[in-house]
Amino acid sequence: MSNEQGVKKFDPEKRKTIRFSEPALESIQKIIQRYPAGKQKSAMLPVLHIAQAESDGWLSPEVLDYVAEILGLLPVEVYEVASFYSMYNLKPVGKCVLEVCQTSSCWTRGAEDVVEYIGKKLNIKAGETTSDGMFTLKTVECLGSCGTAPMLQCGAEYHENLTEERIDNLIERYRKEDRRRNYTDLDFVNSN
Amino acid sequence: MAKDHVPGIRSYDVYRANGGYASVEKALKTMSPEAVTEEVKKSGLRGRGGAGFPTGMKWSFLAKPEGVPRYLVCNADESEPGTFKDRYLMERIPHLLVEGMITSSFALGANTSFIYIRGEYFYVSRILEQAIAEAYANGWLGKNILGSGYDLDLYVQVGAGAYICGEETALLESLEGKRGNPRIKPPFPAVEGLYRCPTVVNNVETIAAVVPIVNDGGEAYAAIGIGRSTGTKLISASGNINKPGVYEIELGLPVEEFLFSDEYCGGIANGKRLKACVPGGSSVPILPEYLVCKTATGDDRLMTYESLSDGGFATGSMLGSGGFIVYDENQCVVRNTWNFSRFYRHESCGQCSPCREGTGWMETVLRRLEKGMGNLDDIDLLVGVAKKIEGNTICPLGDAAAWPVAAAIRHFRHEFEYHVLHAEKVKDPKHGHKEPIMPVKPAPVVA
Repeated sequence: MSNEQGVKKFDPEKRKTIRFSEPALESIQKIIQRYPAGKQKSAMLPVLHIAQAESDGWLSPEVLDYVAEILGLLPVEVYEVASFYSMYNLKPVGKCVLEVCQTSSCWTRGAEDVVEYIGKKLNIKAGETTSDGMFTLKTVECLGSCGTAPMLQCGAEYHENLTEERIDNLIERYRKEDRRRNYTDLDFVNSN
Repeated sequence: MAKDHVPGIRSYDVYRANGGYASVEKALKTMSPEAVTEEVKKSGLRGRGGAGFPTGMKWSFLAKPEGVPRYLVCNADESEPGTFKDRYLMERIPHLLVEGMITSSFALGANTSFIYIRGEYFYVSRILEQAIAEAYANGWLGKNILGSGYDLDLYVQVGAGAYICGEETALLESLEGKRGNPRIKPPFPAVEGLYRCPTVVNNVETIAAVVPIVNDGGEAYAAIGIGRSTGTKLISASGNINKPGVYEIELGLPVEEFLFSDEYCGGIANGKRLKACVPGGSSVPILPEYLVCKTATGDDRLMTYESLSDGGFATGSMLGSGGFIVYDENQCVVRNTWNFSRFYRHESCGQCSPCREGTGWMETVLRRLEKGMGNLDDIDLLVGVAKKIEGNTICPLGDAAAWPVAAAIRHFRHEFEYHVLHAEKVKDPKHGHKEPIMPVKPAPVVA
């Protein structure tokens, strides 16, 4: 899996200041208990999702180091996993990461136009973040929504059958609500 | 999955009122684990994730050494482009998967089971967690289920964006908190799987099918479908059709009926003509128009494992995961092949050289051709690279990347040549969206 993001340098001073919120630490402990004794490494992926939601949507080397401490692992065991999976951001991102699917069915139904439209509207290219730190535009591979193409994902939310009007509306809503969107968000579950 | 349209079926009460959890009652109260496995064998059920391996046989391979835990892991990593059926099932009727997991875990003697779901489906994992919490609250999970003495804990594990984790050993690596690098087989997961313990990995739809098999008996299930393609299958229909979506079909349905009848896909969108179809997810060979509804020998092509692969790769394809992608006459085959190859380049885990390097080169050469900057030798170069990947990697991702490229050139070589000989016509990056670049290829005339 190619990960084009360069890893940032480790800062020991910053590392000392990092601590997750109590509810986050509690849910991490609950996750660890799912696995047999000594297999707490299994908690890696879910814990990294929590870590990302706790750290402004991206995983710095300092955060990864902290996760290693929580799970009783070597830092490198955490780094190598974080750099493998495409949902972990290894550099800062905007509050709302707009991930536009580019594969097969979305592609045949205008995925490129969606990227072009959002890019023009926000004045950024794919991979870039708006200067106000609100939006990052990202192109991704198949998100399993081929029957409702074209589509994009932002945090936990799936936006399907995209039209220019729908894109306008969702960007306006995100601007108004002005908060970070995480994969771990709960509100989309019941509204869907 | 016949009850997926019942309003409120996502909740426990409605699901239960519609006959939900009957298979757990039947299995735990009246059957032995071996008897459940026997019914699954009789049903002829084959893995619904893509490989089509008989499920009962897979279960019977599970090693059962004394004192070693066994695991059932549900593969909900659904990442094959063109496939979205598992998401539909889990979102609409999550208790069906939970019920199937309980009954199947009982058959396999697993006391801890996992549903590994792709990270992008995070909201679906929440829906499953709600369903599991309801199942615990109503005594279907936990200690001593229904007083049978059988204990089971069921957890949802989320991935983090990696197609390769749909390969069963990569999935297990990921579940152990590692990079998703597939393992060398043997040992197979049935002997050494999760935490090196015997493990069965099954697709969501496979597990869900265990519910009707236990309720109605394996023979009743085997009576549905044709020959060795028994039962029903969820098909994810997408691309240039009037009614994209998930359809549950009885295996044996003619492709023509599936594609053109209003009950299913409803024909090609915008009154266009069919050009090609990928019937089983991005990894399977593409079929040109004249081989979609008929086989090379002129028989009706059916939605079965056998009929879709009739003719081998020369004139057939595969049922695969049931990701049915349809292309109309405007679509450029070179462009879509490049799109797939970019996907595989991105998703190769990098462990085996033929796949890591080969997917990269195929993408580079295809992009060159697609932009009208290739030469005629590139076409054979692609065939050569695809051949060198196929069969030379630890896991099937290499094959999956090579097959679509080889098939596209086999059936649409003229279109690749056109990209070289008429380069000026494909300079516009959006060629093929507005009008066809070439007419639909007719069936070859056999002398």
